[in-house]
Amino acid sequence: MIEYIKGYLSSGTTPGEAGNLFWATVYILLVIAGVSVAVLCMNWLERKILAHMQIRLGPMRVGPHGLLQPFADALKLLIKEDIIPHDADKLVFWSAPVVVTMTAFTTFLVVPFGRTHAVTDMNIGVLFMLGVSSLGVLGIIMAGWSSNSHYPLMGSLRSSAQMVSYEIAMGLAIVSAVLMTSLQTGTGTLSMIGIVESQASQHTWFIFKFFPLGFLAFAVFAIAMVAETNRAPFDLPEAESELVAGFHTEYSGFRWSLFFLAEYSAMLAVSSIAVTLWLGGWMRPFPNLLGGPTWDMAFSFLPALTFFVLAAGCFLGTIRMPKIPQFRIQTIGLGTFGALLGFVGLVLLVPAVSVRIQDIYWFVVKVAFFMYLYIWYRGTFPRYRFDQLMKVGWKVLLPTGLGVLIATALWGLMPQLSAALTGVLQ
Amino acid sequence: MSERTDYLDLDTKDETFLDATELVLNMGPQHPSTHGVLRVILKLDGEKVLGTECVIGYLHRGVEKIAENRTYAMFNPYVDRMDYVAAVSNGLGYCEAVEKLLNVEAPPRAQYIRVILTELCRIASHQVWLGTHALDIGAITPLFYCFRDREEVLKIFEKYCGARLTTHAFRIGGCIYEAYEGFEQDCKKFCDAFLPKLDEYEELLTTNRIWVERTKGVGILNPEDCIALGVTGPVLRASGVKWDLRKAQPYESYKDFDFEIPTGLNGDTYDRYLVRIEEMRQAVRIIRQAVDGLPQGPIMAKVPKVIKPPVGEVYHSIEAPKGELGYFIVSDASTQPYRIRVRPPSFVNLQALDKMVRGLLVADVVAVIGTLDIVLGEVDR
Repeated sequence: MIEYIKGYLSSGTTPGEAGNLFWATVYILLVIAGVSVAVLCMNWLERKILAHMQIRLGPMRVGPHGLLQPFADALKLLIKEDIIPHDADKLVFWSAPVVVTMTAFTTFLVVPFGRTHAVTDMNIGVLFMLGVSSLGVLGIIMAGWSSNSHYPLMGSLRSSAQMVSYEIAMGLAIVSAVLMTSLQTGTGTLSMIGIVESQASQHTWFIFKFFPLGFLAFAVFAIAMVAETNRAPFDLPEAESELVAGFHTEYSGFRWSLFFLAEYSAMLAVSSIAVTLWLGGWMRPFPNLLGGPTWDMAFSFLPALTFFVLAAGCFLGTIRMPKIPQFRIQTIGLGTFGALLGFVGLVLLVPAVSVRIQDIYWFVVKVAFFMYLYIWYRGTFPRYRFDQLMKVGWKVLLPTGLGVLIATALWGLMPQLSAALTGVLQ
Repeated sequence: MSERTDYLDLDTKDETFLDATELVLNMGPQHPSTHGVLRVILKLDGEKVLGTECVIGYLHRGVEKIAENRTYAMFNPYVDRMDYVAAVSNGLGYCEAVEKLLNVEAPPRAQYIRVILTELCRIASHQVWLGTHALDIGAITPLFYCFRDREEVLKIFEKYCGARLTTHAFRIGGCIYEAYEGFEQDCKKFCDAFLPKLDEYEELLTTNRIWVERTKGVGILNPEDCIALGVTGPVLRASGVKWDLRKAQPYESYKDFDFEIPTGLNGDTYDRYLVRIEEMRQAVRIIRQAVDGLPQGPIMAKVPKVIKPPVGEVYHSIEAPKGELGYFIVSDASTQPYRIRVRPPSFVNLQALDKMVRGLLVADVVAVIGTLDIVLGEVDR
């Protein structure tokens, strides 16, 4: 048994590949816990960042600077009365949030957080992710239909139409990235880890490959993924000012929170596809320009540094807290939190840890960048109308994606083409 | 007891909503973007609007009936509760109507103070409109910017008369409060600070591609329809009709001031947006002129303690932020009006909703309700 557990550690692959069920289970639990924590953080960050964009403070009451607000909300949702409308189709109504959450979490099976930090590495990883994440729309249709109410029905119809149309553009963009993996070796791969490794072997992130083709494909994907996850400015399915809350109007309490969880984990999932396919996955930036052991060393300090900066922020907040008894607990709490972050930073300074954490750190930083974009869009853009959304999807993104795909293929075949051409000319 | 069968009839006639080709959607009275308690019954074909019906009255308080049991002075605060985001304008309209009935005129200083406060109120009202309208179309940020700056206007109101929203700033015959110390500076400071902020709003929206796509060509009203429906205010002017009561039949001291009446070309939601933005700029212009030329003198005309207008009737209207706000007062020479009828701009403008949204999509209904700038307190009275 212990041999079985130990055996994996020296294998240097993902647990799925090694066929080690114990570690696979551990990884799955870690991923579920990690994603849930990320969603909680995202909840707080979105409120705070959005608030500061809108000249407000955001949550300030529950815990220092509202740090405990997500927990308070989660608790509130758990103990809230669970309402099922009288005329709802109870079985479907009950299973819809389960379907949505399941699909959102299942996609994380193949997300490579690092060279070995994935639950498994499928040779059809990208297809698997696309397929499973598009199953989420099923849950949304189920939710909208079973509520037996007009607003959810319209919301779910909008959502399904939107997701189906944008998936095509998304797929085309993905194909062009997959095509790039096959260009030099001649053998392409759909495996998520394979794609990142092919970026490593080609010494470029695919966003910069065949400039501007890689960037265009990335842009198509980046727009389509916002629509795919029903976020502003494509948040028509839950357009608050039109459809009240869209497909989850009739949901409350824990079931509603499952939709919330699913939405945010879907955002994380599509962002990690974008990171994997175009932004070099777990690779640190500038390995070509700033290569060599010295730079490797310098970059390995960054995770610790990040935590130190966060800790410093907390300590600064502690100093700036009003010095009155009412704020004593908050001050202590913030100080403790800062100390905790500082401690994590210290742990990350240990070389053995920092080597292992590097990959995950860069992956998370890149995903966090996309999360920030999501919030930024929400603070800036008005909402598209349904027909305009379809127009953007079918008349702009789809032709662009197709054009980029063809152009990528031609560019990639350039050596063979020119060889054939010179052969003909001679 | 006979059993009711009409339920069954309903069942056989009415298809379930999944089979039906037409969907009747009830929007409101509790809906995030019907601006209060407006209820719109939408007849839809998919997302396309085939027809609408507005159901109003959820905020009816019988303001006109209350007037018949109050003295003229006692009714004054009630008018603030109609269009509660532009209470000062309501008060101005009422006071002027009674003054016309009494045949008195407010002294010049009072008139200037009234103009300053009314134009400030126009800015505040347009700010609320802009914030909520943008929110309806999905841009959540302008709301906070607008409310931040509206706060400055409300502070001036508060300093002037102690109230922020339902101000009761004017009295029949003039103003009861003298401009407080620093009133002029406050107004000037506000004007200087406000113009860059207006640019800030415009930066967020005017050239925003999505905003333009959402508003251009949406809810078009041509001038003939506007006049036929009695639509007034920015909605009328955006259709290209240059009709502003401040210029057409100047009241107070508006003839002293130099300002433009912005008009639109297409009469769509985008034009109405531009017209209202420009109106805020013009309001700033008027305030600056009025503050600079604020005359000295009394602020109250000679008005009897007990107001008993002679027998007769009067109609007086002013250009409120939302359009023509008119008061029709019938006096029977008693201390209480025999009848007061209010012509609220929101109520009349709301009529245009059906005309504007037919053939559009559900999302546009929300945009059009926002662009009409209705306040349900005024619609229902």
